Amino acid sequence: MFAPQPQGRRGPQGGDPPGPAVGPDAQVSPGVGLDPQTRIVAPTLMTPPRKGPDKAFSATVTTAGWLVVALIGAIGLFLLFSALPSLRANTANFFLSNEWNVGNQTLSFGIAGLLWTTVLSSVIAMVVAVPVALGLALLITQYAPPGRIRTWVSFVIDLLAAVPSVVYGLWGARVFAPVLRPVQHFLQAILGWFPLFGPGVASPGTVFAASLVLAVMILPIITALTRDAFAQTPSDQIEAATALGGTQWEVIRLAVLPYGRSSAVAAAMLGLGRALGETIAVMLILSSTNAIKINWSIFAGGQTFASKIAANAGEFDSPIKTGAYIAAGLVLFMLTFAVNAASRWILARGQVKS
Amino acid sequence: MSMNRKATIAALAALTSIGLAACSGTTVTSAPSNAATGSPSSSGSAAVFTPTCPPGQLDGGGSSAQALAMSTVVAQYQAKCANTKVNYDGKQGSGTGIKNFYNSQLDWAGSDAAASTKPSSDGTVEADKIKARCNNNPGWNLPAVVGPVAFAYKLSGVNNLALSPQVIADIFMGKITTWNDPAIAQLNSGVTLPSTKISVMYRTDSSGTSYNVSDFLNQTAPSTWTTPADKSWKGTAGEGKQGSQGVADGIKSTEGAFGYVEWKYATDSNLGIAAIDSGSGPVKLTADAVSKAVAASGNVVGTNGDQSVKIDFKAGSAAAGAYPMYLVTYEIVCSAGLDTAKTAVEKDFLSYLLSTPVQKSLTDQGYAPLPDSLRTKVQSSVDAIK
Repeated sequence: MFAPQPQGRRGPQGGDPPGPAVGPDAQVSPGVGLDPQTRIVAPTLMTPPRKGPDKAFSATVTTAGWLVVALIGAIGLFLLFSALPSLRANTANFFLSNEWNVGNQTLSFGIAGLLWTTVLSSVIAMVVAVPVALGLALLITQYAPPGRIRTWVSFVIDLLAAVPSVVYGLWGARVFAPVLRPVQHFLQAILGWFPLFGPGVASPGTVFAASLVLAVMILPIITALTRDAFAQTPSDQIEAATALGGTQWEVIRLAVLPYGRSSAVAAAMLGLGRALGETIAVMLILSSTNAIKINWSIFAGGQTFASKIAANAGEFDSPIKTGAYIAAGLVLFMLTFAVNAASRWILARGQVKS
Repeated sequence: MSMNRKATIAALAALTSIGLAACSGTTVTSAPSNAATGSPSSSGSAAVFTPTCPPGQLDGGGSSAQALAMSTVVAQYQAKCANTKVNYDGKQGSGTGIKNFYNSQLDWAGSDAAASTKPSSDGTVEADKIKARCNNNPGWNLPAVVGPVAFAYKLSGVNNLALSPQVIADIFMGKITTWNDPAIAQLNSGVTLPSTKISVMYRTDSSGTSYNVSDFLNQTAPSTWTTPADKSWKGTAGEGKQGSQGVADGIKSTEGAFGYVEWKYATDSNLGIAAIDSGSGPVKLTADAVSKAVAASGNVVGTNGDQSVKIDFKAGSAAAGAYPMYLVTYEIVCSAGLDTAKTAVEKDFLSYLLSTPVQKSLTDQGYAPLPDSLRTKVQSSVDAIK
């Protein structure tokens, strides 16, 4: 996506894509290095296209770009205007309440519990998936000998992304979550005094189980993006580190990790965006609760924004009721929007540094 | 897309029917005597019906609660009538099925509830829309498939358990929390009950099953279950699971779990099914006991051919040997106004569905046969469709 074509360690070949400074290029332009933006945006400073086909193509791609922006804006506006009447009629505090009564004349609903479950499950998924993904990316790019193992590990991880989320949901609910019970009992036995590990629901459908399945689901995207970034580490930097007598770990620490850091963070954020919005798998695994009081334990049940909306989508029979769910959807929209914006920002900042 | 899917389904149905027709000698019983008239025998107790197989196609859809029953009956019917095409899509859900019916995409709708006569929040009245779709003839709600609901549990060492409606309500509201509670022990003398915690499971998604179970509890234990019937579960104890399969899986994997689920899901998952003791001894869930309850509590409130039923769960609980917890699903049809060919297929298919052997055969799929008292009423409406 935003990572340029992988070029291995061979350095630039042919047309240099506008992306992170690659290899010798970064060194030979010290003057520009102070303000790399100039170098990156340089092509746009050329004289605008004058010939017909050029103009037409330029207009087409510009329109396409604006269309996407307009589309996102339209979705945001749709969510906002559908949610407003319900939010006005809401008698509970939208952000602090955990009630959800939308069937009757009086509307009282709040997203506190949804927000907690959504963020908690995504954060646990990140804590588990990111280190594993980084390790896999390093294995594939640095440790595994080029050839069969490297290809196979990459292939299998990419295959994880091809499994439909409903399959993850069924597997999680029927196979994986029950297997996790001993882990849960162990954690509760030693850490049960801490509210996060307190007693939760009786069945295996805990936030903990859902989070671990989410971790498996976001693993491929994080691995693929960090792998591509690590693979592009300039070979002269690696060779320099090796020449100074560095062990393989030192080479990784001094050359590979700093180079790929911003890409890794951005990849993690993209994974987070996916975890926040995952619907069907969470819906199938996680137990819901009718309790008004939020249970902070990772072994509690709950519903995420997405699973709550999906579970009730069959009953959207009145605009005011639908609006309540859309209001929840709006919060999710803004949450993922913020996460993606943050990942872009980190990526852009990292590019400037390198 | 949907055209393609329909074509595929039709093709599959055609293939299946050809395959089944080849061995139709083995299918359900049929008596030759009244084949010519196409109406059920008047003997009442064992109404056998042999389809007349009028040519044509009939499309229905809606309620998922009767999907299994319909797919079984449709397959049986197609085995006898290879040139008549009947389709039922049970993935749509009741509300969508009714909508597709009044928008003329379907010829009849399957639904967990009778078509509403009150305006919904956007002002549409289902019954009025159906009337318009049927060329200004009213639609009829015909109860045709009875689905028993099991109170299922997982408790090692306890194979027979009896619960009263009051105790069930107390469990769902979190007032009884352990299996050896005196209220449960009193109903189960001679059974050693463990002190295991009761883990309650219910449906997260809104469903007709939740509606009927809360209606049952509201009628039989009104002091504990104070909220009226609702499609989304209002019990305060326990945890919600997605869909019937989710509830059954949850109960199966949790020692001490208790919940409500359609009969078939409970038996398929090998769960314990509690007998209901309404004061005159425990009654186990059997097709027979449910039919008895329908006869005692399924009161027809529809008029002029409409056979909508209002369930008096108290009467069902009071009847001797009756298992009172069930839900009735309807076929919603035009009383008149469908084109002649479709009407012929509809009457033929519905009469087949209502015939005694077919109703009895649904027991294998987790349903209970309609009692004769109600079956004859519905059959008279089917006969009156013009």
